[in-house]
Amino acid sequence: MSGKRVVTLTINGDQTEVLCEPRQTLLEVLRNNLDFTGTKEGCSNGNCGACTVLMDGRPVVSCLVLAVEAEGAELRTIEGVACGSHLDEVQSAFLEGAALQCGICTPGFIVQTEALLAENPNPSEDDIRFYLAGNLCRCTGYDKIVRAVQAAAEKRQVARSV
Amino acid sequence: MAEYTWPSREATAVIGKEVDRLDGMAKATGAAKYTYDVNLKNQLIAVALGCPHAHCKITKLDVSAAEKTPGVVAVHIFEHAAVGREVEWEGELLAVVAAESEAAAKAGVAAIKLEYDELPVFVDDEDLAAAEKAGRTGKGGGKTELEREPGDDDDEDEFVEKEIARLLKESKYVVEGYYGIDAITHCCLEPHGSTVEWKDGKLLAYLSTQNVSGTDEGFANDLGITSSDVEVKCDYIGGGFGSKFAPDYWGVAAAKISKETGRPIKFLLSRDQELKIAGNRPSGYINVKIGADENGVLTVWDSVHWGTAGYKGGGVSQTVMPYVIRPKNYRRIATTVATNTAQSRAWRAPNHPQACAMSQTAIDDMAAKMGANSYDVFAANLRAGNVDSQHPDAANVYLAEMERCAELIDWKANWHPHGKGKAKGSIVDGLGMALHTWGGTANNSDCRLKVSPDGSVEAFCGSQDLGTGTRTVIAQVLAETFGLGIDQVRVNIGSSKYPASGASGGSTTVGGVCESHRRAGLDALDKLFELAAKELGVDAASLEAVGGKIRVKGSDKSIAWKKACTLLGMKPLEINASYKRGDVSTLSSSGVCGVQMAHVEVDKETGVIKVKKFVAVQDQGLVINPKTCKSQIYGAMIMGIAAALYERRITDPKSGAFVNAELADYKLARLGDIGELVVDLYEPESERQRGVIGNGEPPAISPKAAIANAVANALGVRVPVVPLTPKRVLDALAKA
Repeated sequence: MSGKRVVTLTINGDQTEVLCEPRQTLLEVLRNNLDFTGTKEGCSNGNCGACTVLMDGRPVVSCLVLAVEAEGAELRTIEGVACGSHLDEVQSAFLEGAALQCGICTPGFIVQTEALLAENPNPSEDDIRFYLAGNLCRCTGYDKIVRAVQAAAEKRQVARSV
Repeated sequence: MAEYTWPSREATAVIGKEVDRLDGMAKATGAAKYTYDVNLKNQLIAVALGCPHAHCKITKLDVSAAEKTPGVVAVHIFEHAAVGREVEWEGELLAVVAAESEAAAKAGVAAIKLEYDELPVFVDDEDLAAAEKAGRTGKGGGKTELEREPGDDDDEDEFVEKEIARLLKESKYVVEGYYGIDAITHCCLEPHGSTVEWKDGKLLAYLSTQNVSGTDEGFANDLGITSSDVEVKCDYIGGGFGSKFAPDYWGVAAAKISKETGRPIKFLLSRDQELKIAGNRPSGYINVKIGADENGVLTVWDSVHWGTAGYKGGGVSQTVMPYVIRPKNYRRIATTVATNTAQSRAWRAPNHPQACAMSQTAIDDMAAKMGANSYDVFAANLRAGNVDSQHPDAANVYLAEMERCAELIDWKANWHPHGKGKAKGSIVDGLGMALHTWGGTANNSDCRLKVSPDGSVEAFCGSQDLGTGTRTVIAQVLAETFGLGIDQVRVNIGSSKYPASGASGGSTTVGGVCESHRRAGLDALDKLFELAAKELGVDAASLEAVGGKIRVKGSDKSIAWKKACTLLGMKPLEINASYKRGDVSTLSSSGVCGVQMAHVEVDKETGVIKVKKFVAVQDQGLVINPKTCKSQIYGAMIMGIAAALYERRITDPKSGAFVNAELADYKLARLGDIGELVVDLYEPESERQRGVIGNGEPPAISPKAAIANAVANALGVRVPVVPLTPKRVLDALAKA
């Protein structure tokens, strides 16, 4: 179809080309064109955080980014957080701390937490609650999510100091 | 036949231990495929047109332009949207467009020409007088219980009036109050819907459902096929909360369009449709007058409550009033209100949260009137036998749980009489509490268990895991039964082709799957013990399965699990087990209590409320996995905070429009809103002996009343209707 554009971007370390319409959101292209369905759709207007991905290291709600805006970008999605079958500290902390229930919000929370810890490796409880306030959990595991983020930060700090 | 029991607390290796969710890895990596993640080859995307008005008569629905829209493959008009039909709530689906892409489907929907005549709208469920004037009320039933009976000469109605008046007159204290709780929606993060395809005349439906084993029949009935021609699959579900028990007419439409087009269809509701039509909880408002003696023990309760469950009327059942604290003398009357809103669906503990919020606020106001400690008034009523609960030893359990809860929130140190705390600037603090009850009877559950000669154990069950930990609990039960580790057991759920298991509603799943899998496990173990006994030259009754071995109790004589399984020969051992709801069993029972206490701060200048600390003490019989069990309680408490402070459906009184039907405006609690939460599992041996009882509903009941009571304690003024928005707080203060 005329008007389609080829967007070249790197997703979880792999360079990818995708043919998409200029009106398509990054979320739609990730989920429907590229089958990266780990990134979830909750509201489509930036209010639930379920679709959070890292774009050049910054967390963005991919429902509010056009796919064409991701030209040349480095993306990290939930599928790129673990190293092979080894969960990273954040994922392990969410699993061990029961910070996930139905799990539909979990990818967004984990990716947002990765951004938080990259920016602030030793966040206070208030920092965590503020930084993750854009992510919605209906089930709701908020209390355990805070504890999981604290545990992940601590684990990562210890790993770095060894 | 095996005796179906649980091992003692001391003898368990896996049950009662904190085990990580088996599906946690899939969820934490994004590998878990929810219904809306299923993309089938050559699928079409369906998008629906919702009714833009809350009450109208369709005069024209022309889809010809939609059919010609590029990319559109099929358009389906719902029967209820035919010309001349009345639609009674906003958002009701009228037509659905299936297209090559979501964009094309949306363009098709935009091209539909809809014309309608607007009809009168009524949505003001709180205003009983307006509802009566509009002819929107109906009888919701009622009941009167009085200790004295009318004499032969007395007219019954006249006697009731006189007796209630006498009881109120003779009461030391009388409180007259108005309380309420607005309608809320389920607001599942994964909307309702399905992805469906036909293969060889059979339907495969990936459905977001709480009822894997029951929805095949729902599809079959509407499609004129048999349930054996349908497979419903749901590995993961992004929220249900009582709203996802059926295929729904949009699921059936997906199947019909798929059949017509010969292509798979993906059809999920849009966010606003999810809020408008896919589930809401009835509202409830009450006028009540209560009397009590010098200790605050209720002597009489007299109430009229009303509310709406949608266009058919309905509301909160009169059967649950007054809630938990129930005097010997009471009269309760319910009135239904029909509004132009979608009909309600079951919402965690149907009727109970509203009943609790409409009843126990009045109890707390009685304490306020007396200048008494609310804790003492609740306790005095329990001791006096003013209790209606499904727990067989309710008064004692409530009192024990209250004591524990009070310790955890430091009630004694933090308590002050209503409105008499020390203010810090404009900030005042307060304590509140509430009690709840629920059944949680185990649901029907069948399972098939396969123990293979190589020692592997695999179970199949048509249940579902809502994030509650069903998979994990099943694995724990089997691992415990066979003396194995969790990782040595494989659990398969989420398909209607597996042995049928009940819907996950009413806190019935954990009991059901524990019943079926423990029975299957013990039956299998019996067979293995027979084989192992011959091999070891001992009596089968002397054997036990522990630590990866089948061994003689109290001795070192044993055979490794894997070796014991080789005694099965070439064929695996297959056991089918079945539990029918209501069968008497020592493995499960029903009836729980539960106490919650909240400590809040309220800013009298802004009306903003913050939950400082919130404590739940909950019994649920024997706890299989404390980690997932506590998760349920934490989740319920936070949902409760949202419903107490933020969450409600707001409708425009003139047009009936649901004006906040999206996540920017439908306010839910966020990470910064919840304060400190404490969960305590009440599991003395007396509770453990009762077997497994579900706990999905009970902790979701008390939060609204507990928080509202804490706010009343802080302010010395009742904010009558939840959610307690800043405006409502300021209005109540201004009125005081």
